[in-house]
Amino acid sequence: MNANVKFTPEEQQRLLDAELAGKFPDARGRFGPYGGRYVPETLIPALERLEAGMREHLPREDFQRELAGQLESWVGRPTALSYAPRLSAAWGAEVWFKREDLAHTGAHKINNALGQALLAQRLGAKRIVAETGAGQHGVASAAACARLGLPCTVYMGAIDMERQAPNVGRMRLMGATVVPVTGGDQTLRSAIDEALRDWVSDPNGTFYLLGSAVGPHPYPVLVRELQSVIGREARTQYLKRQGRLPDAVFACVGGGSNAIGMFHPFVADREVAIIGVEAGGRGTGLGQNAASLSYGWPGVLQGCYSLLLQDENGQIHETDSISAGLDYPGVGPEHALLLSAGRVQYESATDDEALAALQECATLEGILPALETAHALHGAKRWAARNPGRQLLLCMSGRGDKDMPTLQRTLLADQGGAR
Amino acid sequence: MKPHERLSAAIRKGAAGGEPAIVAFLTAGFPEAKKFREHLTAVAAGADVVEIGVPFTDPMADGMTIQRSSQAALKQGVSLRWILAELGAMQRPAAPLVLMSYLNPLLQYGYERLAADAAAVGVCGFIVPDLPFDEGDDLRAALRMAGVALVQMVTPVTMPERLARVCAASEGFVYAVTMTGTTGKSVEVPDSVLEYLARVRAASPVPVCAGFGIRSAAQARDLRGTVEGAVVGSALVEVLERGEDPTAWLRALRGG
Repeated sequence: MNANVKFTPEEQQRLLDAELAGKFPDARGRFGPYGGRYVPETLIPALERLEAGMREHLPREDFQRELAGQLESWVGRPTALSYAPRLSAAWGAEVWFKREDLAHTGAHKINNALGQALLAQRLGAKRIVAETGAGQHGVASAAACARLGLPCTVYMGAIDMERQAPNVGRMRLMGATVVPVTGGDQTLRSAIDEALRDWVSDPNGTFYLLGSAVGPHPYPVLVRELQSVIGREARTQYLKRQGRLPDAVFACVGGGSNAIGMFHPFVADREVAIIGVEAGGRGTGLGQNAASLSYGWPGVLQGCYSLLLQDENGQIHETDSISAGLDYPGVGPEHALLLSAGRVQYESATDDEALAALQECATLEGILPALETAHALHGAKRWAARNPGRQLLLCMSGRGDKDMPTLQRTLLADQGGAR
Repeated sequence: MKPHERLSAAIRKGAAGGEPAIVAFLTAGFPEAKKFREHLTAVAAGADVVEIGVPFTDPMADGMTIQRSSQAALKQGVSLRWILAELGAMQRPAAPLVLMSYLNPLLQYGYERLAADAAAVGVCGFIVPDLPFDEGDDLRAALRMAGVALVQMVTPVTMPERLARVCAASEGFVYAVTMTGTTGKSVEVPDSVLEYLARVRAASPVPVCAGFGIRSAAQARDLRGTVEGAVVGSALVEVLERGEDPTAWLRALRGG
């Protein structure tokens, strides 16, 4: 447990009870102490409209029917639940994957992008802006916007554009304008800053399609609601296949959208351990990783109060991870809550551990996972070693094709190049 | 007089001749940390109020100029602590000082200690661009104990009912953003903006200062009679960046 997060057992129980009773986010957009809406006044009316629009349209039968129809016929849901026989043998535990890598565009990001784009259309948005780190949310947004005929601009850090080059091309082919962000640290955080600036310039006509469970209220709850399809499907599929629930559920955590989508439907199942795995980068020092739940403390960044990697002056620290999608100094407020309530355990995996896990999964299961997902694989392997014979379910959040430039430089270079 | 009253009084005094008072912005420690005191003194000589920017790694409401100046200041080790120490060590100008900071540096410093330390070095108010009215209770209460203002911002898209509430809670002055957008872009002052500013002024018990995009004497003149003050930010930062004389530039802005 993070030494900067201190709650008594009674406080933890109160937070967990409120979470289980569906009281979070509260009227002020809070998950216990975390969350809120820390944005310039200019964005307040737009966020209020978004919140009202979300409350009006999301529960409506016609919206849900349209979303479900597109998820089935275009995204390819429900995604498969796969047993992983050779990894199970190697790790000594029963390993199951929820296959978000099989969703259209290759990752879970499409669940949220499609849902928000449908909402944007109903709210009369004229254009969509989005940010992207690994490029998966950018690709998903570009695809959803192309499908619905909405113009789409994606902000992407210049460093990420280089390390995720294949995704830049995919976005452009689907008609999106990709704008390189050269300010700040040139990764996901700078891309969010720039997307927010764009939105501040035209808060009425523009819809900001935020890709992770971070940012000002109502984004964390909106993204959770749209991503929870992962955990709901997985829970039903697992029960059907196994007649019981898994002993543990795993997901990687950057901003935390696949994780909250996977975890949320399992939070009430007290017998199921829930474990999130962050990017441990090159080490435990400030600036060497992107593990805000493991090493951060509370602060405000990009619209929400959550755990952050920062210095004593409140300056946000640069992060380091081989995986662009996890390379973020903050985390969604509901994860901070689940940590504080003691319900979810968060740990980290280093760059090298993630690479090794990716290699093992590809070799033994014929699945090339995204580098982000590979962090969760390492966490699962570590757990399996301590829990022989038990059953684990892991969110295979995305596929690794986009990581080929990085893999050429690392695993494949070690093996004598790509020949 | 409490610090927040000094702030309101300085703006009213500056606007007494009809022209708007000038609230001049500089990023602390930009372009050079070792010239901060000199630059502050020179800016104050041409302004009624000086707004000192506390650099932050993620200035999401600011345009390129202030992003650039913030990064350059951070590289030189400028922090809130450093700024307060500099202010404590120097001969402070007569013009009241306001700190502009994103919330996280203030949060990490601790609100109560901040209010006391800031008041002790002559800071009369705070402007916090990522702290909307609804999230501001804790900071507002802490600053109020020291008589320091939490200056609220309003924008052309702020709804009338909210505008009334925000203005009523503002101390020192109300910061009326004249355009939806980030800082640093040049804009005309169209009639619709003047109408909006008049609405803000009617709702506000404290002086109203217009900001975001003001860089010419003509724009400042357009605001005459509508608001009590004009905030000049990015354009002045660029003057300092070019090594020009800020006092002369501010005087030209006012007289031109």
